[in-house]
Amino acid sequence: MTGSAARGLPPWRWLGVPMLQVMAVTFVFALPLRFWGLSLPEPLFAMPVVFAWAVIRPAMLAPPAALLLGLFLDMLWGTPAGFWAVCLLLPYGLVLGGRGMLAGQSQLMMWTWYAAATGVALGAGYLITMLETQVAPDPVSVGWQFLATVILYPFAHRLIDRFEDADVRFR
Amino acid sequence: MPLRDNPLGELKVPLTWTAGIAFIVVLIVAVAALLSDRREAFDTDEYGNPRTLSDRVLAPVGEIASAPGRLTGQGVEGVRGYFFAVSENRRLREELEKARRWQEIAVSLQDTNERYRAILGLKTDPPIPMASARVVTDSRGPFAQSRLANAGTERGIKPGNPVMSENGLIGRVVGAGQDVSRILLLTDPASRTPVMIDRTNSRAILTGDGGPNPRLEYLRGSAAVREGDVILTSGDGGLLPRGLPVGVAVRGLDGRWRVALAADKAPVDYVRILLFEDFTQLARTQNLTPAGAPPPTPGAETLPPPPRLVAPPPTAATPAPKAGASAPAASPARGGATPPAKAPPSPGGGR
Repeated sequence: MTGSAARGLPPWRWLGVPMLQVMAVTFVFALPLRFWGLSLPEPLFAMPVVFAWAVIRPAMLAPPAALLLGLFLDMLWGTPAGFWAVCLLLPYGLVLGGRGMLAGQSQLMMWTWYAAATGVALGAGYLITMLETQVAPDPVSVGWQFLATVILYPFAHRLIDRFEDADVRFR
Repeated sequence: MPLRDNPLGELKVPLTWTAGIAFIVVLIVAVAALLSDRREAFDTDEYGNPRTLSDRVLAPVGEIASAPGRLTGQGVEGVRGYFFAVSENRRLREELEKARRWQEIAVSLQDTNERYRAILGLKTDPPIPMASARVVTDSRGPFAQSRLANAGTERGIKPGNPVMSENGLIGRVVGAGQDVSRILLLTDPASRTPVMIDRTNSRAILTGDGGPNPRLEYLRGSAAVREGDVILTSGDGGLLPRGLPVGVAVRGLDGRWRVALAADKAPVDYVRILLFEDFTQLARTQNLTPAGAPPPTPGAETLPPPPRLVAPPPTAATPAPKAGASAPAASPARGGATPPAKAPPSPGGGR
């Protein structure tokens, strides 16, 4: 065992690097690129990462990281500051509170839980937008974003698989 | 000092509790940020320095990052144009013939229009200058739809300026930095645009909802709109010029009237930002409102005084009016507002 592994998992590896990767991918998908005349979808790439953070372990740095991710999305997509932070933090809190139920579940069940968490995030976005603009967002557009986000679960699974048992202090 | 010697070294804080407290604190911060930054406050001064700063950072990065895709697209278009040149040529010839016929009609209509304008003495709107810009980022989600364009205040762009593609209106500027501006699309849930139906001249408010076809709200009358009616900006409120093409009316799956946007006919890579000034702001209201009643022209006839219904009996203290005198300088009905007829005129008159 190397010395670094014995010291535990540094936060930048399971919080910082995925956060930067999400920012980069989200930015690429926000470019006005088209393939065969169709523009790229706009999934919520932050969702798998936030879900995985809540499942891997409780941490003081994860909520501020989710806040930063949310603020970045607000600046990039033009939503009011704090919009996506609230939408990401709510499922994070719910998953963190229900970690005991998620432990040892099959991948299919975890995918279902992930879909529920995505539904909470987009449902919160729906309600906040409705309250703020007095207009109900188009359910079809919300449904497309939900589907585009739900299929990203394998990324969350990979993060959980890689870091859930990586810190010797939590074994 | 070794950790074991520290009296606080044995103190173990429950990790779940500390994470929970951190979560609650961060959630409160996020909610506070959300409450303090409303989308309707995206305006000249309230757009916010952090947002302007982030737009200024994102725009050049987006421009560089989208360059390979843009160049590839141009290359593909070039190759496609080379291979399909014959069919393209045939299509363009047909279009040219149609356009020539329309040109003759347009010239005739323009002549008639100018004559009508001359007869009626109509004052036409001044031409609107515009700035071209390239779109560098594009947000397409259900809760926000906006774009960043690589032109800003240095080219005279201001919040509120309408933005068009080659086919029609796409939105308006909601925030402008030195070399970047954020465009709120017509499809954004916060977008409201006064429009009119060209056929019936009926008014409506185009309301975005995050979908591809914004709604027509506040339509009056049952036959105000039909499938395929052309929708234009109405210019009501002075925010947008009148007559910009918006799209055509379609019936949505939910039974509402919606608009298939004209700008969706082709990809929006480049935009034209109209440097439009609200015409109602150009005229100064204080100049239009007279400060007071102008003095009368010397020697001009004035209105006779209103007849007295009950004449008081003459007394010795009241002198009789002189014969040949014109109307009295001030009558009770005028309340002294009219100055004496022989008062010296003020320079410049009442205008």
